Amino acid sequence: MGKIKVGIIGPGNIGLDLLYKLGRSEYLTPELIVNIRHSEGIEYAEKMGIRTSTEGVAAILKEDDIDIVFDCTSATAHAFHAPLLKEAGKFTLDLTPAAVGPYCVPAVNMNDSMLELENVNLVTCAGQATVPIVAAINEVADVSYAEIVSSISSKSAGPGTRQNIDEFTVTTARALRDVGGADDSKVIIVLNPAEPPIFMRNTIYTKVKNPNINAIKKAVEDMVDKIKVYVPGYQILLEPIIQDDIVTTMIQVEGLGDYLPVYSGNLDIINAAAVNIAEAYVKKKLGGE
Amino acid sequence: MGKIYITDTTLRDGSHSVSHRFSPDDIKSITSGLDKAGVDIIELGHGDGLTGSTINYGFSDYSDYELIEAAASVVKNAKLAVLLIPGIGTVEDLEKAKKAGATAVRVATHCTEADISMQHIRAAKEIGLWTVGFLMMAHLTDTERLVEEALKMESYGADVVYVTDSAGAMLPVDVTEKITALKKALKIPIGHHSHNNLGLAIANSLVAIEAGATYIDGSLSGLGAGAGNTSTETLVAVMNKMKYEHGVDLYKTMDVSSDSLIPILNSKGLSPQTNLDAMLIGYSGVYSSFMLHARRAADRFNVDVRDVLMELGRRKAVGGQEDWIIEVAQQISKKN
Repeated sequence: MGKIKVGIIGPGNIGLDLLYKLGRSEYLTPELIVNIRHSEGIEYAEKMGIRTSTEGVAAILKEDDIDIVFDCTSATAHAFHAPLLKEAGKFTLDLTPAAVGPYCVPAVNMNDSMLELENVNLVTCAGQATVPIVAAINEVADVSYAEIVSSISSKSAGPGTRQNIDEFTVTTARALRDVGGADDSKVIIVLNPAEPPIFMRNTIYTKVKNPNINAIKKAVEDMVDKIKVYVPGYQILLEPIIQDDIVTTMIQVEGLGDYLPVYSGNLDIINAAAVNIAEAYVKKKLGGE
Repeated sequence: MGKIYITDTTLRDGSHSVSHRFSPDDIKSITSGLDKAGVDIIELGHGDGLTGSTINYGFSDYSDYELIEAAASVVKNAKLAVLLIPGIGTVEDLEKAKKAGATAVRVATHCTEADISMQHIRAAKEIGLWTVGFLMMAHLTDTERLVEEALKMESYGADVVYVTDSAGAMLPVDVTEKITALKKALKIPIGHHSHNNLGLAIANSLVAIEAGATYIDGSLSGLGAGAGNTSTETLVAVMNKMKYEHGVDLYKTMDVSSDSLIPILNSKGLSPQTNLDAMLIGYSGVYSSFMLHARRAADRFNVDVRDVLMELGRRKAVGGQEDWIIEVAQQISKKN
């Protein structure tokens, strides 16, 4: 059987980066990318030889052989798209903070029943980077409070993120609790315009009930190995250190340099996670047939 | 030149200096004093703004809203401002702050990232808060870019935009260039917030005013992050000497510093290096070595050392006339 055809809504930083990642997939192929108007992103995709449309979601709904859709627009737009895509029976990966479907962080909570849903949400880039560490620490040390500081280069934060930074922090904080397992959480996002641009960097503070640092270190190492399978540039910058009951861990994400250069680890990690989920969906489907 | 409006940030930027441990009672005492002194805007809360109480920035003993409520319970004239840094605090936090009694907000972003303030500035205006756009670390970008970013904040609805020298790294020439450019490009008033790390806080505040800024930040005793901010008392003294129009009373700001802030800081184990008597020597134009003599004379005749120094200034005493001090102190004690 051939590759599964994928549609992308929104040719921004995320959407265009996905074209590269999907282009390399053994299971998926980017079939159509849509926007609601002509844009630089549409031109870019055309130059890459990808079919485009300026009719928005309607163009995708018309294509029966598109099985999987990546929505890279905004929370508001996705709330409109989600029921239409569901109706059309398309498995939808929501890369906006809309959270119509449940949060999915592949290294932590992806499972067969999640792949049977019609819509899963990718949290945020900071969520994909930090939730796994919180979940790993929570597993062995019981996290009562998780606080993350996520620094991203100004160049890799697109207008969607900038105009909705509250949704970004609130969604990430919720995922630290719902998926990471922390009782309480706080998220801080910092944009840094330094040139050359900084790599995406995340500091994860956790307040733990069971401060066994060796168990924590081991759990974090194992989790990093799981993430590296789909995000090769994910690395520990500071292995867990503890003071009183507060554990500090720092990680950095180097991107693959697809659409934006390697400093945009934030694009890489959310897209890599989305592609990983889509591939798991296809593999499950193939396995079932 | 129009009226100069003073924002005192002792209870917000100064919160850094006390590791965010100002209590509701501390807040009441200082807010009440600043309000009576005629300060236009009083900013308070965690040094890193709403919900800044974190592992990363240091926990505060009290919630943002308890502190705002404390201030709101005593303030009569001044606007009560909170700081909101998008990426840390949210619109929801701002709504809670407004319910607790805040009447103004300063929405702060790094100087090149004004667009992340759009949702917060708009929301602030919608809920009826007087709103300042606060462009931090302004030394890190060029004037052209700073103007672009300030224009964005203006377009979102900010009432004032600030050139914020968060690192205390700007030279007077930089302040002049940036404020002049913003003044020319924007319709709304321009403000300046300085830090005294290079000893330039007052100088920079003055050149900001000369370049057209009409909103200036100070803090009592200069309490604030790093070397602190422009001292509100000194700023008022200098503005009086410059004959700028403003609404703040010099003696009353000195009183709230000496009678409220200093005891509070002492109770937290801090002993700030403030010398308001020396400031008044400069203000009144009296020979510097008169200071210790004037203090002794004021003690001896139970009078306010400030009145002694001011009178010596009026009499144009010159160096060497320390003998006049006792006579002046005695005269004042007779009048009292």
